[in-house]
Amino acid sequence: MNEERKGLKEKITNSDIWRSIFRHGYEQTGRRYTLQVLQNVWLHLHPPRISRHALNFRFTWCMGGITFLMFLVTAVTGVLLMFYYRPTAEYAFHDVQYLEFDIPFGMLLRNMHRWAAHGMVISVMLHMFRVFLTGSYKKPREFNWAVGVILLLVTFFLSFTGYLLPWDQLAFWAVTVGTNMARATPVLGHEGPFAPQDITQSNDVRFALLAGTIVGPSTLLRFYILHCVAVPLLASVLMALHFWRVRKDGGISGPL
Amino acid sequence: MEHLIALVTKPDNVPIVAILFLIPYFIWLSYRQARQTDKTGVPSDAALNDKVYVWPYLCRNEFICAIIVMLVLGVWSIMIDAPLEEPSDPTKTPNPSKAPWYFLALQEMLVYFDPWIAGVVLPGLIIAGLIAIPYIDINPKGKGYYTIKERPFALAVFSFGFIILWIVLMVMGTFLRGPGWNFFAPWEAWDPHLVVPLTNVNLSYLFGIRDANTANFFGFVVVAGYFAIGPIFYLWKRNSSRFLQELGLVRYIIVSFLFLTMFALPIKIILRVALKVKYIWVSPWFNI
Repeated sequence: MNEERKGLKEKITNSDIWRSIFRHGYEQTGRRYTLQVLQNVWLHLHPPRISRHALNFRFTWCMGGITFLMFLVTAVTGVLLMFYYRPTAEYAFHDVQYLEFDIPFGMLLRNMHRWAAHGMVISVMLHMFRVFLTGSYKKPREFNWAVGVILLLVTFFLSFTGYLLPWDQLAFWAVTVGTNMARATPVLGHEGPFAPQDITQSNDVRFALLAGTIVGPSTLLRFYILHCVAVPLLASVLMALHFWRVRKDGGISGPL
Repeated sequence: MEHLIALVTKPDNVPIVAILFLIPYFIWLSYRQARQTDKTGVPSDAALNDKVYVWPYLCRNEFICAIIVMLVLGVWSIMIDAPLEEPSDPTKTPNPSKAPWYFLALQEMLVYFDPWIAGVVLPGLIIAGLIAIPYIDINPKGKGYYTIKERPFALAVFSFGFIILWIVLMVMGTFLRGPGWNFFAPWEAWDPHLVVPLTNVNLSYLFGIRDANTANFFGFVVVAGYFAIGPIFYLWKRNSSRFLQELGLVRYIIVSFLFLTMFALPIKIILRVALKVKYIWVSPWFNI
């Protein structure tokens, strides 16, 4: 049976038609596998070889990778959404409505963006949980854990700034509630303890965040810029650092 | 019941419902592996040096994982529409008004502490504490595998913080907090006209102190006494505990401060629920 199959395979791969399509066979050697990673711009972030336990889904839960995938999905869908959205109080809500009802696949686009963002928040929390449970923050990975904590914050902030953009009641009040706490910042908030006399509600830290004393049109613009440009840039830089350090610190953690 | 179904099926609550299943599943998964390790011993060096090529083995895994996740996301996006409510209106406050679901643990803390603690100081300390973890956890064991036996203290503290103080409070904030941020059991309908008697009193009042200055002093003593547990424990155990000597004074100060601050939250929750304590320390400048 086996011999027969081998013969058949050879017959096919030696035929003139096959050889006209495929110039040579796929060399199954370590050299080939290594070059495959090294010579590919998308794959060269990987080392050529990793320890076997790092392949184990039960060990990694794949959560770091899923977080990155979710970031990519939100980046792509986010760029597409930007074509249809104007960050002004007059248009924002109606642009979202227009997107939902009139643009082909607009609703799907918006759904994917929102659910991928929620998915990213979940996966980044689970990723942190896994990294803690396996003690992967221990020497020499201390600094990368710190970068990861900052990335967790960046993820929250990305999600939070995006929450305002539909400019509906849900968005408006969630952001109002979320930023109200900044009033109470010690020293820097006008309702916080130890606030100096000249800190008022129009120059405290909440004002800096909202560009106003309440959530308003200038807040929308500010959150839009933060959400679409500033924070994604920061996230990208930190992710590059995070991934680079994973490799430099000896790859994904194992019992060393 | 309809109320509960409406809450659970609300599009923006899907992540919370997902978390209700994901967190127990991953706890179970990691617990099983930890027990395995504790029984059979730490994976050997040989197991660690067993290397495989990234292409095709890792790339294949990543590819499969990405396909499955994209499939789930695609189905999710087709089935459930992102919410869009009425246009924003600063004059119409919804009740309850809630922060996004991932901030609900912070919003829940506002019940127990003033905004400057719950909204600013504690979140700041959570971040600082998380960053500090690798620098204050000097236990070299348990790196790169699941275990319970080799680092019970670190696991217990982190799991308590993550599961109880973050996830459970978040779930509570989503499902059990209704109008006026009042507590509603899952089977109770949210009544916006519910009258809740404000019977909370300060801790000093419970101890019979009626004078503001004495109350201030009393609060200071209680809070200072609570945080003095750290130094007292250090002085008491300094000579007998090898762990404390290895940890060193600076690390110990950070660990004990973060630890006591973290457990101040559940303590305050218990005091509030059981004894209706409003503040522990009332001073002219701030209340705790």
